[in-house]
Order: sequence, then structure tokens, then C-alpha cells
Amino acid sequence: MTLVCEGAGVRIGAKQLLAAASVQLRPGRVTAILGPNGAGKSTLLSLLSGQRQPTEGRVLLEGRPLQAHGAAALALRRAVMPQESSVAFDFTAREIVALGRFPHRRTPSADEDAIVAEAMALTDVAALAPRILNTLSGGEKARVHLARALAQIWHPPADGAERWLLLDEPTAALDLAHQHAAMRLLREWAARGVGVVAVLHDLNLARRYADEAIVLGATTGLRQGPVAEVLQPALIEEVWSMPCEQVERADGTVQYLFG
Amino acid sequence: MRNRWSPRAVLGGGALLLALAFVAAAASGAYAISPAQLLRVFGALLTGGDDASPEYLVFANIRLPRLILGIAAGAGLGMAGTLMQGLFRNPLADPGLIGISSGAALAAGVTIVLGAAFLPAVPRTLGSWPLVSMAFAGGFLVTLLIYGLSQSEGGTRMALMLLAGIAINALAGAGLGYLSVVATDEQLRSLQFWLLGSLGGARWSAVALVGAVVFVACAMAMTLAGPLNAIALGESQAALLGVDVERVKRRAVVVTAFAVGAVTATTGIIGFIGLIAPHWVRMAAGPDHRVVLPASGLLGAALVLAADAVARTVVAPAELPLGVLTAAIGVPMFLLMLRHFRSRV
Repeated sequence: MTLVCEGAGVRIGAKQLLAAASVQLRPGRVTAILGPNGAGKSTLLSLLSGQRQPTEGRVLLEGRPLQAHGAAALALRRAVMPQESSVAFDFTAREIVALGRFPHRRTPSADEDAIVAEAMALTDVAALAPRILNTLSGGEKARVHLARALAQIWHPPADGAERWLLLDEPTAALDLAHQHAAMRLLREWAARGVGVVAVLHDLNLARRYADEAIVLGATTGLRQGPVAEVLQPALIEEVWSMPCEQVERADGTVQYLFG
Repeated sequence: MRNRWSPRAVLGGGALLLALAFVAAAASGAYAISPAQLLRVFGALLTGGDDASPEYLVFANIRLPRLILGIAAGAGLGMAGTLMQGLFRNPLADPGLIGISSGAALAAGVTIVLGAAFLPAVPRTLGSWPLVSMAFAGGFLVTLLIYGLSQSEGGTRMALMLLAGIAINALAGAGLGYLSVVATDEQLRSLQFWLLGSLGGARWSAVALVGAVVFVACAMAMTLAGPLNAIALGESQAALLGVDVERVKRRAVVVTAFAVGAVTATTGIIGFIGLIAPHWVRMAAGPDHRVVLPASGLLGAALVLAADAVARTVVAPAELPLGVLTAAIGVPMFLLMLRHFRSRV
């Protein structure tokens, strides 16, 4: 029971956005999608979310093509945090998070308001609730959108379907403390059975918080596996063209040093 | 936001404004009706009582259809403006953007100017069936053309629709320019009057039809309120929330084309309501379309009734064009609101 790409690739005209990729993702794990700019990370994520359809190969969720699930049914159990998004009009942060509950409008929980409030507390934006979203800083907006994604898949679906949380560079705009807080939050959600897939740029964050890594390199092709096995300094040097050294701290955590 | 009004306050305020405008518009005009007379006439209308007083005859046969047309026009324009602004994710959008007004205007021009040459026996006054149906068809066809031009890669591209709308509107403007040159003075005057809008063509048959179309359109528009909120996040995010974005676009365009098309065909172009009513409501209530849609309808109706009351009285027994007054009344009110809420714009 997984989210699977079988030789899924995207080509628009002569431009290959993503070469045929085969990956298997399982719920209950944090998977980091890594690679240099333009490697196709966001394209892979958009295939997994169903935003984009592959021009070759296919994407399956629990054995069925993603599109066959239907947009409304998918929205009940798959949330996507965008890399950047512009919101029209002066919606407050709270209203934006409440939009995460839109897919559930016909079968609302008894605690819709509490879900929104708790999701905002989880990403530390409760105090921003009455503020206009477009007046917030980039990092604050990102945390509001993360809260919206969490609110969208707050409860496990009644039919026992897997929940998926897909994030495009969720930590890019966050300060150091919020980066780690967000990654810890994603780990907690994975521990509760949610499949978490995040495009990341920070290899140290990936190493510390992800279970699996998918590396998209121009010369290496796609590599997928447990994060400690895939993220070897030799591969990092080849994919990112940066000298890389791996150091182990006293508590056993591994950090990469570059340059 | 601290200085936001609650949905209840906004809708209640809108309903109150509409009621005040209705009474003012019912009382004023070339034949003034006093409040006491108005009460008696209402009573007679509601009970079906026999009343042959002049104020009853004026009200039941001339003023009431006009008031109802005004409500339908204002509600249709305000609501359609909200739909377009939500769909384009842009507070500067208005129903004219997708060609309804310019298409209707061109068709009205053709009917008024060329109709006189080829079919002189057919009536072409405001509210007459040939003019109404030609204008409605013109607006609908031009909207269809713009919608068709904005199709790309299996979807409707809003940026294309915007550009196609601007281009086609300019083309319709050129056609109108040509017609105004070949028109006689009398035709030019009636075309000019049409282009500035008036409720003067109100007759029970047309009013009933326009009212019904606007009522159905408003009901359909309300089903789009939630999806339009999601679309504020962007079309791709809305799709990820399960919104069938293409269906919402199609419905919003059809609803707008029917409502604004029916209104404009009957009254001519009443400017500004579709642009200003939703903007005004958003300043007070915030952008939630579940509130902005109905409140813009109430406010638009109140504005049109108020403007019409002034249009009928200031130069009585003649009338001012409605479009002149919707701007003259709407703009100062809008600017006051803008000052009051400027911290939030």
C-alpha cells in the first residue's frame, strides 16, 4: 500500500522536466526529495500530488492510478503545501487555515473550529490568526500554509485510507528554530501513519529528520533509499559539486560540512 | 480583523440600505407619493383591494415594475461583479471584462441605427422586445467568443481571457464608433441614452423575465461562493482542495452572462455597480465570498434604486441617465469608505 511512480516522466515539447522516475513511498515515513536546482524535484512532487500528469509512465496510489481516485476524494486525505503562493484579497491567516477544511464541508467534524485553532498552534501561528495573510513575512506565511495543510488531513479518513502530506521546500523561508520545529512536527505526523514527502535543500535537515531520501542528480540519475545510505559524501560531491565531509557528533547524529 | 463587520451586520446593513432606498425610490418621482399614501397603496396591493386612486395607478403600473427592475439590475450587477473579481482574483475586474456590455452595446447600436434603415416598422425603444433580445444575444455571443478565445491546453486561461476581453471590447467600441457616425441625431440620442443606462424601459413582462433570470443566477452564484474562496489561493491550490476549477469558471461565466446580459439588454449599460459594490463590501466585511456575494447584491440593488430615485426627480419631468448617477453617487461613498478603511487596503 503505497504511493508509487512507475517510470513516470514529464516532457513538454523538447524540454525534459523529469526523466522517467520510479520511486516507492510508504505512509508512516518522512521522505526527502533532494537535488540541485532544476533537477526536477518540484516536478516529481507535482506528479505525486496529481497536480501534473506524467507524459510517460504512471503514478499509482494504493494500486490505482492517482487520477482514478478523483480530485475531491484525494483532497480528503492528501494535502500539499506549496513552495510559494499568492493569495488574492485580504483573507486573514485564520481564514486561510480554515480553507484547508474546504474538502470536508459536506461531512464536517464536530470540532471544525478547534481543528483550525490546533493546527495553527502546532505551527506557532495562533497569535497571527486575525492578521491579514498578505501582510505577514515569508516565514510566517509558510507556517500558515503548513497549518492549512495539516488541517486538511487532520483526522484519519473514515474508510482507513492513507493520509499523505506533500511539501515543496517547507523550511526554505523559516528561521533556524522554526525549521527544526517544522521537521519535528513532520516526524510526529509520520509516526501517526501519515506519509510525508518533502522537497528539501538542507541536507543536514534531511539527514536528521528524514527516513528516506530520493536524490535527483544530473549524472547519477535517481537514487532512493534510507537517508544514511543514500546521502554519502561521495554522492553529495558528485550531485552538488561541493566538497563534503561527514562528521559524527558525540550523540551519534551526523552532520555534513561543505567546502 | 478588529475593524471588520460581522457577516450578520453587513447583510443586515445591506438589507436596511435596500429597504430605505426602496421607500425613497417608491415615494419620489414626477408624481410624488407621500408616505401615508404609500402605506395605503402597499396595503391595497397586498390585500388585492380595489383602489382607483391616482397614486395607486402610478405605483402599481409604472413605479413598481421600475423598482423591481432596479433591484434585479443592481443585484445582478453587484453579484456578477463579485463573481468576476473572485474568478480573476483581481478586485479591478468587472462583468464588462468578458464582453457582455460591449457585445450588448454593439448589438443595441446595430438595432437602433441599422434597424431604422432596414426594418423601420420594428420598435427600437428602450425595453422593447427587438432591442432587448438583440442586446442580450449580442452580449451572450461576444462572451462566448471571448471564452472560446481563452481556451488553451484543455483549460481556460484567465490571462488569455483578460487580453481577449480587452481586444474584443476595443473592437466592439470601434463598431459603436462607426455606428454613431452614420446615425441620425435622433438615433444617436437614443443610442447615447442606452449606453448610459435607464430603468425607463420597465414593463411588467420584461421585469418579470429579468427578475426571474437574476434570481436563478443569484442562487447559482451562491453555490460558487465556497469554491471562489479556495480559488483565492490560486487555481492549482484550489484544485488540490478538490475544486473543479474549470467547472467553476464555466459556471461563473454563464451565470454572469445571463444575469448581466438580461439586465443590460433591458436597461442599457449601468456602469460602476459591478465594480464598486463587491469592493465596498469587502472593505467592511472581509473577502469571504459567502458574505460578499449576497451583500454585493443587496448593496448593488440599493445603489441602483437610490440613483434611479435621483434620476427621476432632479430634472423632472425629464430623466437623467442612470449611469451618470451610479457613478456620481457611488464614487463619493466609495472614496469615503476608502478613507475609513485605508489602513486595510
